[in-house]
Amino acid sequence: MKLQRVSALVKTNIKNLVRAPAGLFLLMLFPVVLTFFLGITFGAVGGQQSTYAVGTVDLDKSTAYARWLQRFTDGLKATQILNIQSYYDNETAQSDLVQGKVQAILLIPQGFGLSCELFHMSPKDPGAWVNVTVQLYLDSGSMFAMQAIPPIVQQVLAASIYGSPSENAFKPIQLGTPSLVQALKFTTFDYMAPGIFAYAAIFMIMTVAQSFTEDRERGMLRRINTTPTTSSEFMTSQAVSNMLIALVQVALVFVTAYLIGYRPMGDAISFTVAFIIISVFTLCCVGFGLITATISKSSGAATGLAFLFILPQMMLGTFISGGLSGSMREASKFVPSYYVTDALTSLFLRGAPVLSPMIVTDLAIVSVTSVAVLVTGVALFDKYGKS
Amino acid sequence: MKNGIVIHNLTKKYGDVTAVNGLSLEVNDGELFGLLGPNGSGKTTTIKVLCGLLKPTAGQVYVGSYEVGKNLGKVKELIGVCPQEPAVYPTLTGRENVELFGSLHCMPKEELRKSTDFLLERMGLQGDAKRQVGKYSEGMKRRVSLTMAVVHDPEIAFLDEPTVGMDPQTRRAVWSFIRGLKERGKTVILTTHYMEEAEELCDRVGIIDHGKLIALGPPEQLKQKFTARNLEEVFIQLTGRRIREGA
Repeated sequence: MKLQRVSALVKTNIKNLVRAPAGLFLLMLFPVVLTFFLGITFGAVGGQQSTYAVGTVDLDKSTAYARWLQRFTDGLKATQILNIQSYYDNETAQSDLVQGKVQAILLIPQGFGLSCELFHMSPKDPGAWVNVTVQLYLDSGSMFAMQAIPPIVQQVLAASIYGSPSENAFKPIQLGTPSLVQALKFTTFDYMAPGIFAYAAIFMIMTVAQSFTEDRERGMLRRINTTPTTSSEFMTSQAVSNMLIALVQVALVFVTAYLIGYRPMGDAISFTVAFIIISVFTLCCVGFGLITATISKSSGAATGLAFLFILPQMMLGTFISGGLSGSMREASKFVPSYYVTDALTSLFLRGAPVLSPMIVTDLAIVSVTSVAVLVTGVALFDKYGKS
Repeated sequence: MKNGIVIHNLTKKYGDVTAVNGLSLEVNDGELFGLLGPNGSGKTTTIKVLCGLLKPTAGQVYVGSYEVGKNLGKVKELIGVCPQEPAVYPTLTGRENVELFGSLHCMPKEELRKSTDFLLERMGLQGDAKRQVGKYSEGMKRRVSLTMAVVHDPEIAFLDEPTVGMDPQTRRAVWSFIRGLKERGKTVILTTHYMEEAEELCDRVGIIDHGKLIALGPPEQLKQKFTARNLEEVFIQLTGRRIREGA
């Protein structure tokens, strides 16, 4: 493989993109504009965070131990994420939940105050406790409420009643709806951002398909084929140039998000791994682009047909996929972008270590899938797409 | 022969359609050879087979001393191809298009720069070399396309209708350029619909119709043989007056 040829073709591809306003808009400006508007719409600007209306219904009605409920609700209010509204009865609260006036209801059970009191009198004697369960009702249509509220309530409960937010041991008061997500002080945009990176890269399918079909229409592929350039040199140049474009794209989206207040978790290594995952995913997009170019007779047809691959990736594997039904959530595991978003969410939202099983698994799946799709795309295009 | 071409019993079929039918032909080393024929006669198909873009249905073709099907890599190092359509990148400048093809032939940087400068000057494109080709006229695009074909100084050049759409002045400048290739010992295969062009430039011409060679020789010899005033009369005598494509 001659690097001079690969380098010349990479430069050509990048110049072709930079000088074509439509492609440049789609790959660079559109993701930046999208990130900016999602950011300012969903609360990343100035670090402000979303608030959730949460209703509390006191079924305990204990006057002797009312201070414990007061301490708990004060703790919830102090988070500045939850807007606490007290309800006299459960029916009214449930009605408001159904109507979307609140995103969650906390049902404080009878014996709550007594349970707290007995715990504090004999913290090391579980036999003296009275166990109760705080029921949590969530608006199933609000994905962000479902993800964010349970861990907040859990932590406030632990901090205000037991005195330690990291208390994990068995205690008399349990939260009825446990959640594994450790979401605290996150905005809606924080949940969306990882998916936006994958979303931006997905459009590469269309630009790659257009570029190949246009080159074919102009006779450029045939002409390059009369030079000593090999098929592997040509395809390598396509992969490299698109990976470079993806890296610039991700960097622009990241800078835009950062400027409007997005502060992901993770360190330099996390960001490097995120870049690697997206770069590998780019190969998948190039592969889908080649398959699209193979089945498209013209660049116009390629634009439309590209959506056969873009839409499933977009709907099932990016920030749009937040509110999927159970069956669709299962279906999403068949699209590579799901694993990109999942890995980035783990890195940026949960602060997962780069060698955690989830990240390694996601990277492995994205790598294997991307190579398989790329090889398929190259083989199909080589055989059927060049003329 | 070092840089000649041998076509032996070449047949190329597209499904039921026979584009080239048992064509045999030799082009000498350093010869400027004109391949003439009506639309759809098989000229471009023959050139595509010679460049390795199409595989022959039957027969053998040799470019330089290499059989095309077996040594395509070596053949591609020898040849330069100017296709019928001006295949250029419209978003690149004229210079960038030319330099790209020099780079694809792995030319050293300095040599590439000098060759590009020289050829752009010869083609009258130096003043527009930094403009994107998409903004060029059709004639200018064809000149860029021709420059891209020869920037690496190939031993054998395939020029498929290189002067279509050019004004008379530009066409003559391109003729002068093609003559220059021959003077430097290059083998040139030229297809054209302009009979005066073939008459003016070519050492020998081959007229093909329905994929078969129906006449071969120097233009003067063919004119004498068919008692014609010019090559166009020879062409009409041999291929008839019926319009071919779309008829």
